[in-house]
Amino acid sequence: MASVTFENATRLYPGTERPAVDSLNLHINDGEFLVLVGPSGCGKSTSLRMLAGLEDVNSGRILIGDRDVTDVQPKDRDIAMVFQNYALYPHMSVAENMGFALKIAGVPKAEIRSRVEEAAKILDLTEYLDRKPKALSGGQRQRVAMGRAIVRQPQVFLMDEPLSNLDAKLRVSTRTQIASLQRRLGVTTVYVTHDQTEALTMGDRIAVLKDGVLQQVGTPREMYDTPVNVFVAGFIGSPAMNIGTYDVVDNTAHIGSATFVLPRTAADELAAEDSTKVTIGFRPEALDLTTESDPAGIPIDVNLVEELGSDAFVYGVIATAEKSESVVSRGAEVIVRVNPRSVPGKGTRIYVTIRPGQEHVFSPTTGLRLASA
Amino acid sequence: MAQQLQITAASPDPALLDLPWNIPLAEWPSQVLAALPRGLSRHVVRFVRLSGAVIAIKEIGESVAYGEYELLRKLGKLDVPSVVPLAVITGRRADDGEPLEAVLVTQHLQFSLPYRSLFSHIIGADTATRLIDALAVLLVRLHLIGFYWGDVSLSNTLFRRDAESFAAYLVDAETGALYPQLTDGQRNYDLDLARTNIIGELMDLEAGDVLDEGTDVIGIGDSLVERYNDLWAALTEEESFGADERWRVKERIHRVHRLGFDVDELAMTADAGGSLVRIQPKVVDAGYHSRRLSRLTGLEVQEHQARRLLSDLDHYRALEGRGDERESALAHDWLTEIFEPTIRAVPASQRGKLEPAQLFHEVLDHRWFLSQQQQRDVPTLEAAQSYLASVLPDRPQEQAVLGLSPEDAAHQE
Repeated sequence: MASVTFENATRLYPGTERPAVDSLNLHINDGEFLVLVGPSGCGKSTSLRMLAGLEDVNSGRILIGDRDVTDVQPKDRDIAMVFQNYALYPHMSVAENMGFALKIAGVPKAEIRSRVEEAAKILDLTEYLDRKPKALSGGQRQRVAMGRAIVRQPQVFLMDEPLSNLDAKLRVSTRTQIASLQRRLGVTTVYVTHDQTEALTMGDRIAVLKDGVLQQVGTPREMYDTPVNVFVAGFIGSPAMNIGTYDVVDNTAHIGSATFVLPRTAADELAAEDSTKVTIGFRPEALDLTTESDPAGIPIDVNLVEELGSDAFVYGVIATAEKSESVVSRGAEVIVRVNPRSVPGKGTRIYVTIRPGQEHVFSPTTGLRLASA
Repeated sequence: MAQQLQITAASPDPALLDLPWNIPLAEWPSQVLAALPRGLSRHVVRFVRLSGAVIAIKEIGESVAYGEYELLRKLGKLDVPSVVPLAVITGRRADDGEPLEAVLVTQHLQFSLPYRSLFSHIIGADTATRLIDALAVLLVRLHLIGFYWGDVSLSNTLFRRDAESFAAYLVDAETGALYPQLTDGQRNYDLDLARTNIIGELMDLEAGDVLDEGTDVIGIGDSLVERYNDLWAALTEEESFGADERWRVKERIHRVHRLGFDVDELAMTADAGGSLVRIQPKVVDAGYHSRRLSRLTGLEVQEHQARRLLSDLDHYRALEGRGDERESALAHDWLTEIFEPTIRAVPASQRGKLEPAQLFHEVLDHRWFLSQQQQRDVPTLEAAQSYLASVLPDRPQEQAVLGLSPEDAAHQE
């Protein structure tokens, strides 16, 4: 087992001007489950393929442990791409299906058996080892495929959107299985997905990429609580954070008819930028209902209420929207989580305040997070 | 609002609407099915007869289905031997409203043979070697156009008879992707995976008593790597020689032709003094002989078949003593006097056994055999009569070798 280090690793495709991955610096600890996440074209899969040896590294280097693998062929990197191929062989037993790659590599029979048995124990497949794969359920067959990777005892597991070809139900259960299995095995794992929910639920840490550039890396909690810029703020969390750009007068932002006093440090930074606007984000669950008389109450006209049983979400627009210039494509639309036991009616107007300390304040010019109080 | 059944296709066949999309594919009634695939697959796959042809239906995630459909279309446009995608069908629902998985529909490749059936029908010592050769050619062709397969295996390939050899076709592109150009890392990984998968598949045949125990399965897997590397080098490597050895330019092009490829672009550089010349093929294209035959006769056949037919054209020229004549006029006469009458002589009931070009190849083999036996030049049409009477009746139907019949599959369950 080993750590993985990207050092200024860059991938520039021939004939293009912008690198697909631009000076990636990322250290993944031994035994860590790291998720690379971002929208399509962000460079997450390219980064993984650089680690796998499938993409050239045009500058910078990649290390597995202390070993520089930048110019090492894929099969000599001691990594395993999991779930890439898991056709099972019908005439071979489950044990043979798991161990056949070791047999090809000339590993002695006794050692193959012991590695297979060890993997089977972890995968709950012990009692099936001498049966044919036909006797297994879909989920068990997937675990056999996982077993193939485990018995090779690689330093690093690589998974590129492994759940994308599963149906929704199997996706959720396999997600949990992979995460718990990885924790039991303790093998360093790099996992690629476009789905932020998958990232939040599976990773020890998450690295968000956009346009080939690493935006932020941190624990799911850090990414959620203190996104470093507007992009991460909008990408992590579902439903997404409400983000808008508003006028600032005397350290106070005007959100619709409501006023919001900016934290001192943030206000200072804005003043230093000479900015008369500010970008503020607030999550749907960071809002409290208030009354019309509250000067901090943001007026929202309710368009739709989505009731999910445990939660209810109000979809509305800030009532005096002409003053707000939104940075998200939703326009002035705002989502508010409300108590499912008392939901406002469609067409009514509600007033909400941002819970103290749960605002996210960003520079409207750079999009970077401003130091909050 | 309930999602509706949606069919995405270049030219949708309305008959597709008659299939029971409201039932999970695994539960389709046997009267709808032509066959079930042999072996275990990641996804449920079924063969179905539709509008007089056979289609393959695979249940798969929606985004993967669209991805594979697009990729197969692109491969088709790039002239790579691969199955033809027909449609993606989404928005399926069971009668109780439960959503069902999307499906990818492809055309069944006529006269193709899955490797399992090849091993169970024709156990020839060199069958494996010929399949490996065909797969190496396919992999080189895919890599030349920048296609990374990601899951090369015998079961993701179909084989068609091609004169004395086989031609390989890509069937499953689920894990594949097209790049402007592949890195050595991608090529080597694909090749290594191919080797592992093939050895695994042969071990499985051994375990199923289809392949003799003691067959050198690892040796066969290794031979793919060797074949691939040799072919890749012959087609792409740079070579240098003295300026007085210019004949080597022509010789290199001939070598590429003999391998069945065309050189579309060759880079040639000379050093400052002009004493050393370097050449490297930049663009090579498969199908050298099949394109030549197609230009002459309009026949669309595979590479080795084309080679065989072209050599019979030469044979015809010699026999007729028409050495100086224009090749196109000669080809026209050969087509109408030799090739077409041979094919027309096959009774309708026997036509599903072999492709026309393959049948002609076998007639030529038979002609050689008769000529040897009788110590005279047996005319092609006479050889054809003898072949149709004594050889073809014993051959199996190969137009649609699919897998298990629904009845056999039911017995196995």
